[in-house]
Order: sequence, then structure tokens, then C-alpha cells
Amino acid sequence: MSKYIGRVWRVGNDIDTDLIIAARHLNDASPENLRKNCLQDVIPDFSKKIAKGDIIVAGKNFGCGSSREHAPLAIKHCGISCVVAHSFARIFYRNAINIGLPIITAGNVIEAFQDGDRIEVDVNQGFIRHLDKGQEYQTETFPPFIQEIIAAGNLANYVQWRMKANG
Amino acid sequence: MGMTITEKILAAHAGLEEVKTGELINAKVDIALGNDITGPVAIKEFQKMGVKKVFDPDKVVMIPDHFSPAKDIKSAEQCKNLRDFARSQELTHYYEVGQMGIEHCLLPELGIVAPGDLVIGADSHTVTYGALGAFATGVGSTDLAAAMATGEVWLRVPETIKVNLAGKPSNPWVVGKDVILALIGKIGVDGALYQSLEFGGEGLDYLNMDSRFTIANMAVEAGAKNGIMPVDEKTRAYVEGRVKKPYQVYASDSDAVYSNEVEINLTTLKPQVAFPHLPSNTRSIDEVGMVPIDQVVIGSCTNGRMEDMRIAAQILKGKKVHPYLRLIVIPGTQGIYQQCIREGIVDIIIEAGGVFSTPTCGPCLGGYMGILAKGEKALATTNRNFVGRMGHPESEIYLSNPAVAAASAIKGRITAPEEIIGN
Repeated sequence: MSKYIGRVWRVGNDIDTDLIIAARHLNDASPENLRKNCLQDVIPDFSKKIAKGDIIVAGKNFGCGSSREHAPLAIKHCGISCVVAHSFARIFYRNAINIGLPIITAGNVIEAFQDGDRIEVDVNQGFIRHLDKGQEYQTETFPPFIQEIIAAGNLANYVQWRMKANG
Repeated sequence: MGMTITEKILAAHAGLEEVKTGELINAKVDIALGNDITGPVAIKEFQKMGVKKVFDPDKVVMIPDHFSPAKDIKSAEQCKNLRDFARSQELTHYYEVGQMGIEHCLLPELGIVAPGDLVIGADSHTVTYGALGAFATGVGSTDLAAAMATGEVWLRVPETIKVNLAGKPSNPWVVGKDVILALIGKIGVDGALYQSLEFGGEGLDYLNMDSRFTIANMAVEAGAKNGIMPVDEKTRAYVEGRVKKPYQVYASDSDAVYSNEVEINLTTLKPQVAFPHLPSNTRSIDEVGMVPIDQVVIGSCTNGRMEDMRIAAQILKGKKVHPYLRLIVIPGTQGIYQQCIREGIVDIIIEAGGVFSTPTCGPCLGGYMGILAKGEKALATTNRNFVGRMGHPESEIYLSNPAVAAASAIKGRITAPEEIIGN
């Protein structure tokens, strides 16, 4: 599945990994701990406010800072289905793909979206639709190698599959 | 067409004659690094992959440094998880409390990373090793797990921005920290996103290895994949006697292709201070104004090395920390700690009214050993001044070099070193 429909949660530029999940919560990597503290310092009680399937639409350099995989994991455990950003910081980008959190780099397309708008995203096709305005946007797609990881669900599955294939 | 040092190291580790920017490669890793926060997540993923043994116990390195010595029960469990894994996998490079230090200070000190190496670490400041002429980049825990299992990592060959360090510093307190803060101030926190930062130029001759580690360390704060420097006499002198394995030195070709060039003039450079809440929010020390502070932290993988300790002590010697301020000094490794004892630095710090701690990442990431209360302001020699990074979301962090930090600890407000010691 590569299509996601949900309500938009709009955040700004340079949302760093400390804002996504502060280091004071990193002594416990359990899904419950990560979920409840996700984006807490940006939108208090974020995990309680969102509905399953909602989509984060962010500005530039989303996920900058630390390498903590806890950041995309926290977003995934919250029930966010997909993150759309003007651009992603590189470690966050890798981590999201590696753990199976769908993401899409959208550039200026994000300007069309505000909190609460309804959005449809097709990650494989690089396709974004504003369901309230009826507007459609095309963005870049992932290279084939990254699509293979996405298709496997996550990097752990992909490595397991590749190691078996190589005997 | 020529290649950059980064392209050459990537090509060599992918078994290719040449690589082009944008190309996706599978590269062999020389070192795969984890810590007490990212390691346990990687170990879980590694086990999910159904692999029994790491690809090479000499090349998988685990360092408990972030919340270690364990700050609470949950951290102790994470450290134990790392320890149990290291023992069962018979890892050569696992360092227990007592031998451990801040990972990016410890690995170069012990000669674990060599020039020309390809290093991945589940810690964003893994980029530090670029100062040795190695390709080093931060990844997440699952990437680390995959490398532990296969000995390989997938990488996109980055474009390279050339950073020309021009001239000789004229301000006696300018060190590597000021160079990198000035660069981040110039190009922004995503100015080098997905790209390599390659440092060169005459200015490099005037920067010692500790300053170079600081510069490479904060390349990630400009969004860079790696920060790298050529190997010269200073590099060779540093690795001499530390690195025991054979290594290959790579250098950029004269016709290598760069996506952009940036110059930092060291002659006109003054100590830099990054204001809240981004490392790019920089000002020269003489443009800071009146900023009273509650706490000064000198340490971290950015500025916890011998040069940093010596500079702090030079300023603090015979002086007292401002009564309304806490000073916390944290050497990066036990080796640095011992050298500080030998040189009388520990006495100077303690007599000045400061704390001298065992090595840990501690306060830099808001772990422990100096957390900020609501509304407090800290000046730190660390690397990030994000909202809530060192404690309460309504606290504020300013970043500087160790000289400014030490001088400010005495004055109680952000201060130029000249206010304490004349030129």
C-alpha cells in the first residue's frame, strides 16, 4: 500500500529530533513511551489530539539534529500515516525509510496545506492531492533501490531477504 | 574527470573504479558504531534479521556514553543490554565505565579510526572522524543493525561543497569552534543538506587536530552527510602510534568537481556565539550585548578535548566563577581526564568553583549532570541549542568556544576572553 488519506497537521521549518522526541525520553524505547511524548514540545498532547492516519505536513529540514531512530518511530507509533515535507534532514530520511514510515519530499507544494485540510498522498507515484481544493501535485519518486526497501516494509526485512537470497 | 576525497573513499569501499554524485552504492564499512541510546534499538533490529554473529567483532564498536554512568534504572537497563551484547558477541571495542569516554573523543584517541576508513555510526556526530581524512557519517539504528549483519551500508554519493579556510587567525582565542559556527551561520542549518563539506586551504595549517575534530563534528549541524579534511603532517603525527592497522590516504584530485565553494576568512574571524534556538543563529562576540547566564558547560564530543580543557584552565586560573552561575567541565575521555590532573587543570577548575566530571555526554543532550530549569540560560561548548535540548523547553542555550565559555563563567554574562585576560 502506498496511498494515504488523512487530516493535515502543519508544522514549520527545522523541526529537530529533540522536538520530535526529546532526549529526556530516550531512556525507554518502548512504543508507548515514544508515542505519548511525540512532538510534545511543539503541539502539547499531540498523540491524544491526532486521529489514526493523520498526516504531518512540514517545512524545510524536517528531522534535523540527532540520529535517533526513536524520532520516526515515535511518529509512526502515534498513528501518523505519512510525513510530507519541503525537505528532510538526511538521517531522518534514511531512518523513516528503514523503519517503514512513509515520507515524501514535496518542496513548495507544502504551501498549499494548512492545519485540518484533507490530503491524499501516493508515496510510490510521488503524487499529492488536496482533497478540499481538488488540486493535484506531482513530486519526485524514490529511486528503484529505495522502492525495494519500502516494498519489503523496512530495512530489517529487506536485509533478511537479501541474506537469504545470497545463501 | 577527477574525484574528491569523499568520492575516492566511497569508490574504494564499493569496489568501484569511480563513482558519480547521486549514484547509490553498497559500501563496505570499516567501523560500525553504536551507543547506549541507539545501540539497544540496533541490537533489537539485528536480532530480527535472524543473524547470530556480527560480521566482524573487531569492527563493531559499542560505547555507553550518553546516559552513562547510568543516570537511572531505565538507562541502566539500556547499558546492560549493550554490555550483554558486547560480551556475547565478543566485541573487541566495547569500553566499560572506567575506560569509556565520549565516543567521538575516544575512538580517535585509541586509534580505532584511521585515515581512508569508511565509518558509520548510529550517532549524528560520527562525522567527527572526517578530521582524520576518513569518510564518516551518522545513520540510524536500523542502518547500524544492517551493517552489523552484512558489513555493508547503502549510500548515495553526495555532491561536495568546498570550504576554503583562508588566512591565519589574528584573534588569539579563535579555534575550530568559531570556524564551524561561522560557516553554519553563513550557509544555514540545511546549507549542506545531503552534501559533503570538504575543508581545505591555508587556514587549516593553523588549526590543530582538536580544532579540526570540532569543525568536522559540527558539519552535521549544516545538514552535511560528512565533513572531511585532507591528511597532512598534523594528521600523520596524530595517528602515529595510535593507529595500529594499515591504512590508505586519499586526496582530492585538482580537477575534482564541487557543487559550490565557500570561503571563511580566519584573519578577520572573531569568536562566535550561536543564539537560541539554532546553531546558525550566530553573532560575533562583540555583537552579543548583555546576556546574563545561569550555567556554563565546557565539554562534549565537540569541545571536550585537551585543547579545550587547557584553554578553559588558562582563563580560569586564579579566578572565581560568578556566584550566581554554575560551571560544569567534562573531559571527553579518561585519558584527557588524567592529563588534566597532570597539568593541574582539575585543581584550577575546582579552585575556581567549577565542577569537574567523569566523561559523559550528560547535559549536552539534556540527559543529566546539569539540566536547565524553566527560564534558565546556559552557555555551552556543545553542538546544539535547539528548544529543550538541555532541559526545560523554556530554557535557552547559547553555543561558543571554550575561551568565551570560561570567561563568561567568571563574569556571569556572555563575555569576550579579552575582558578577563588582555592580549
